[in-house]
Amino acid sequence: MDPLEIDEPGRRVLLMGNEAIARGAIEAGVRYCAAYPGSPSSEILASLARTAPRFGHYAEWSTNEKVALEGACGAAYTGLRAMATMKQNGVNVASDILTAMSLAGNPGGLVLVVCDDPGGISSTNEVDTRNYARLADVPLLEPATFQEAKDMVRWAFSLSEELELICMVRSVTRISHARGVVELGPIEKVARTAVMKPEQRYGSLPPCPNHAEVKDKLRRAAEIYESSPFNRYAGPERPELLVVTCGTGWWYSTEAIRMLGVAERVGVLKLGTTWPLPEALLKRHLEGASSVLVIEESDPVLEYNLKALLSKEALRAAAPSRLLGKVTGTVRGAYGPGVGEMNPNLAADAVARALEIEAPSLPKPLRESMQAEIDFEIPKREVAFCPGCPHRASYWVMKNVLRLDGRDGLLIGDIGCYTLGFGRTGYYLSRTMHCMGSAIGFSSGMAKLAGFGFSQPTIAVVGDSTFFHACLPGLVNARYNRSPFLCVVLDNSATAMTGFQPHPGTGKTALGEEAPRLSIESLCAGMGIPVQIVDPFDVPAATRLLYRALQKNELQVVVMRHKCAVLQGREEGLPARRVWVDAEKCIGEQCGCNRFCSAAFGCPALIWDKEKECAAIDEVICSRCGLCAELCPGGAIRITEEEVQP
Amino acid sequence: MTALRKDPFNLIIAGVGGQGNILASQLVAQAALAEGLNATIGETYGVSQRGGSVMSHVRLTAGTPVGPLIPQGEADLLIGFEPIETLQVAMDFGSPQLRVILNPRPVYPISVLSGDLAYPPMERILDLLRGHAADLSTLPATDIAREAGEIRAMNVVMVGALASAGLLPMDKESYLRVIRDQFRGRAREINQRAFETGYEALPSAHA
Repeated sequence: MDPLEIDEPGRRVLLMGNEAIARGAIEAGVRYCAAYPGSPSSEILASLARTAPRFGHYAEWSTNEKVALEGACGAAYTGLRAMATMKQNGVNVASDILTAMSLAGNPGGLVLVVCDDPGGISSTNEVDTRNYARLADVPLLEPATFQEAKDMVRWAFSLSEELELICMVRSVTRISHARGVVELGPIEKVARTAVMKPEQRYGSLPPCPNHAEVKDKLRRAAEIYESSPFNRYAGPERPELLVVTCGTGWWYSTEAIRMLGVAERVGVLKLGTTWPLPEALLKRHLEGASSVLVIEESDPVLEYNLKALLSKEALRAAAPSRLLGKVTGTVRGAYGPGVGEMNPNLAADAVARALEIEAPSLPKPLRESMQAEIDFEIPKREVAFCPGCPHRASYWVMKNVLRLDGRDGLLIGDIGCYTLGFGRTGYYLSRTMHCMGSAIGFSSGMAKLAGFGFSQPTIAVVGDSTFFHACLPGLVNARYNRSPFLCVVLDNSATAMTGFQPHPGTGKTALGEEAPRLSIESLCAGMGIPVQIVDPFDVPAATRLLYRALQKNELQVVVMRHKCAVLQGREEGLPARRVWVDAEKCIGEQCGCNRFCSAAFGCPALIWDKEKECAAIDEVICSRCGLCAELCPGGAIRITEEEVQP
Repeated sequence: MTALRKDPFNLIIAGVGGQGNILASQLVAQAALAEGLNATIGETYGVSQRGGSVMSHVRLTAGTPVGPLIPQGEADLLIGFEPIETLQVAMDFGSPQLRVILNPRPVYPISVLSGDLAYPPMERILDLLRGHAADLSTLPATDIAREAGEIRAMNVVMVGALASAGLLPMDKESYLRVIRDQFRGRAREINQRAFETGYEALPSAHA
């Protein structure tokens, strides 16, 4: 049975952090859930969609995060409990409505869950979205454990209703993409009817009185926080050092104290409610603590807020003589303070520095003893397009087209699997890579520079999900302002990078229902933009078409359409054929192809057999797409149609 | 209550995207949970579907759960799905007491396939692990999985090997029950067979 569907309070189950968040919402009786996929947040909405038939809530993949949050706001205006979830980049997209709607409040419980990615493990940045809590004047909760991830989300709905204000819950990769034991709670089964009465009006005008009202709500939040069970102290009565921490910082601090064996000298004040700060609670714990060390992920947000609080007259007496953290450089990683992810070792280093322990006796990793004997380079594992990926074919085509064109044309990249066009298997073609839809805006600007001597043609490369998420306004802009560039939409029929979620072009919803399939080509045609479609696996046809398109000095769209190989494999299994290397025909280094298959084409399934001096195929990962057989200059890669054991 | 040799007991599974790290870590954690232990799993996978490194930290405790990241030098057991991934994880997280069970089949990084870099000689990798860790066993888990009927069940073969190594207290039946719970039909059959074969294969695999 799906652990999220178990209705047995007290039952202990192993949940992914994102599942725990979803379960918290289910226990709170959430009715409306919306999200745009993004690591490490995607599994929250996926879990809610999966369990929607059982609990009767609504769940959708929205076209972008702003729409997701707006949909959730709409539901909260009718009195329902609603939630929007996203990764850190998504909050930037949703920030316009977040900073506006907080001024007017909401009657139904409304929760924004953000999953930050310190260290940018699966992201293009490591933005700390806690800064948005202060920017938008909304209460902030930070779970430190899987149990808290569930319990806090559940509580955030009641808090939101009590304050009539959206609440933000900030998770991080090490909670969202980790698993642990969670004790389930009861599921709220209050029937709520959605209605918006004539007297209900929500607008941010006039801003100042509304802003003042939000500040009052935050003062009330701080009062409520004073007795929250999510804030707790553990350690000696009068510690030599007080660690103030939140989120995963609590785990690492606790571990650091164990590692250093300093449990009798160091106390830990864990805060779960981090904006606004509970003043009396902090005063109580800080009074008499001469040294305080703040340990948290990413930016020194808690640290700055604590410093600001201690500047108040009423708290000045509680200010410690030493307040250490990232500002003082006491907490720092390989890239310096405030950069990169925290871990137990960095926390231990910081605690040791704060206690002035010169050489703490910590276990030495084997690296120290092994290093002297390592007389070879360990190759770095770069990420690559998967075997059979249609993007490899598309990039191969674009590489050749740009070369044939000969005008130093630029490939302007975007966000999705094809972001890997920045790397080796995309032949390092992408020249920019920032945020969803920016390829269109950048190209729109560059293509207007002919009057300044700029003559390089641009290809803006975006994906299908990205097209719907953030490309439409840019394309409208380019059409309106007559910006002449070629937009290539790599349509692999999924939001592949984040786990194959459906989008408006797939004809499926999050709940697995049929949906009208929005056609990228019809949308473009509707804007009056010439549009053509080609299968990148038909390399000669795709090359011809793209080359001709690039010669025209006008805005055009080419959709390169071929289903994601991983998705294809999941839906239909591997094709009944064998792709193999004819060792008689592969003459290796003597061929003159410069080992085209493994060295140039860059498919991870094409390997080089050193002993036989001949190409080979790694059958474990080969998707049997057969493109290499078409492209091999020696005709040495063969396809045999036959049943093969998977 | 099942007794752990060390508390927390820190296990790492090292591999690359697509090798089934996450399923393997969950099988171990679920089996531990079924025997009354606590488990925390920290996964590092990023955009690993696309051939990147994957590392799962599995931490078992009898009492209060611990955090998802193992401190440097505190790993007790390392299950390696890929040699250079295993070597690097051993360097960062292994202690001299580390035990290693390795599938010595390389998955070549594209910098190696392109000819820019060389894959280190396998004997050197094995020598380093043998010389610095407390124990190394190698197991041709990919070949065993192929014989079991599904080459991609290599991860479950390795879990079988881990279960028979006598380092974790969980009963063989606990793992099998988790496999029966998680799979249906042919997948259940193949994974059971993969687990059993891995379980039988380890004792003869001392490197």
